[in-house]
Amino acid sequence: MKNFQYFRPSSPEAAVALLDKTWGTAELLGGGTDLLDLQKEYVAQPSKVISVAAIKGFDGISVLEKEPPVVVIGAGTKIATVASDSGIKEHFPALASAAGGLGTPQIRNMATLGGNLCQRNRCWYFRDEHVRCLLKGGDKCYALDGENRYHAIFTKEHTCVIVSPSTIAPALIAYGASAEVLGPKGKRTVKLAEFYRAPRKEGEREHVLEANELVLSVSIPAEKGLRSANYEVAQKRSYDWPMAQAVVAFHLDGKKAKEVRIILGHVAPTPLIADAAMKEVEGKEITEETAAKAGEAATEGAKPLKQNEYKLRLLAVAVKRALLTAAGAKKYWVT
Amino acid sequence: MPKKIHVQAVINGQPMDFLCEPRQSLLEVLRDELRLTGSKEGCNNGNCGACNVLLDGRLVNSCLVFGAEVQGKAVTTIEGIATAQGLHPLQQKFLEHAALQCGICTPGFIVAAKALLEKNPKPSEEQVRHWLAGNLCRCTGYDKIIRAVLDAARLGS
Repeated sequence: MKNFQYFRPSSPEAAVALLDKTWGTAELLGGGTDLLDLQKEYVAQPSKVISVAAIKGFDGISVLEKEPPVVVIGAGTKIATVASDSGIKEHFPALASAAGGLGTPQIRNMATLGGNLCQRNRCWYFRDEHVRCLLKGGDKCYALDGENRYHAIFTKEHTCVIVSPSTIAPALIAYGASAEVLGPKGKRTVKLAEFYRAPRKEGEREHVLEANELVLSVSIPAEKGLRSANYEVAQKRSYDWPMAQAVVAFHLDGKKAKEVRIILGHVAPTPLIADAAMKEVEGKEITEETAAKAGEAATEGAKPLKQNEYKLRLLAVAVKRALLTAAGAKKYWVT
Repeated sequence: MPKKIHVQAVINGQPMDFLCEPRQSLLEVLRDELRLTGSKEGCNNGNCGACNVLLDGRLVNSCLVFGAEVQGKAVTTIEGIATAQGLHPLQQKFLEHAALQCGICTPGFIVAAKALLEKNPKPSEEQVRHWLAGNLCRCTGYDKIIRAVLDAARLGS
């Protein structure tokens, strides 16, 4: 690993003051589970590493008594804490599910919420020190006609076909969460639905933050009566990245689903809001039939690569099962 | 080269001072600076769990933590598990069940299992298997390890 200067500021303002205006020279250190790996592979070579460990009040979960109440999670909160918090399990089961199913106990004990939202993508070409892909100053995406079984299936208009790696982000988008961000000019609020963008070249990240901005916290409104669920399809039952993920949330008016949100993960360079699938079940009762139709609708517009057409089926099933879970239907797929 | 960093931490119950380069992981500090070579380097990227230690009582991969980050914290390594009176029940049960062959993964499994039993003294087999998902063993096929942990739990370790 290339050596660097280690900083341990005690306030968010001091941390922001240490960041640079462009990406690459300074990195924020949360739990380190992604950053250390990137540094060991020489994919990240910062000359400054700025630890958030000494910033007071950077972690923890609190509730703002508003209407509806707002749950605020500090960016330094460990994923294990998010997964085991009783309030989050009760009001945001899809978030608790995504957090609890992430990595291993070791990873969840180290990784932070802010780090999870800002982590780099998992494309094996991007993570290979010796490959100069689009995101590392090269002129081509090697996944487009290479080994692409875990890459995006929504590839239209994208020159880089990574998938957004966070399983937490789709859940936060479904709940209408927003991030509070601190930069040199002060604070701003970014909706999680607008937090991500598809990177195209070196110097761009997977999100919209500036290089000298820091995520302080995430706020989630606790809508009364909201039903929600997360469904991830992975090859192993623990410690695996999903190949497709669906998070759904809706209200019930009698038996009819209202204000339906369906967010897709691990199928595109950003989390995707599945408009067609949402329209399919809006105002309808969630049954096996309507949920299956929404699943098929979720794959509309996909353009899979040579090795990942299989993800279409997985995504359709993920959406269907997430809808049925949130509706309280029997989980016939659990034996 | 950046200056070495002075870190104060409690290692296996003993207050200690050490110097480390910013880029040194906690695992490198433990093995190369403090000569605590019980924690092993397997994958060095958070997959195998051979480097597991407890950081303020929480199970972590020491290969993914910078040494500088343990300032003011308590670290428990495999060397801190047994007492002067003898082996920890988990260690004893690993021996009885022959839950190890080459032994490289064993310190990580013992530390991970200790963290589990402190949180959940009576885990089910499924809970043990899920908890140990971040520990890889290429010899035993896991079954003897799971049985050793369940047996240690029955002892009330």
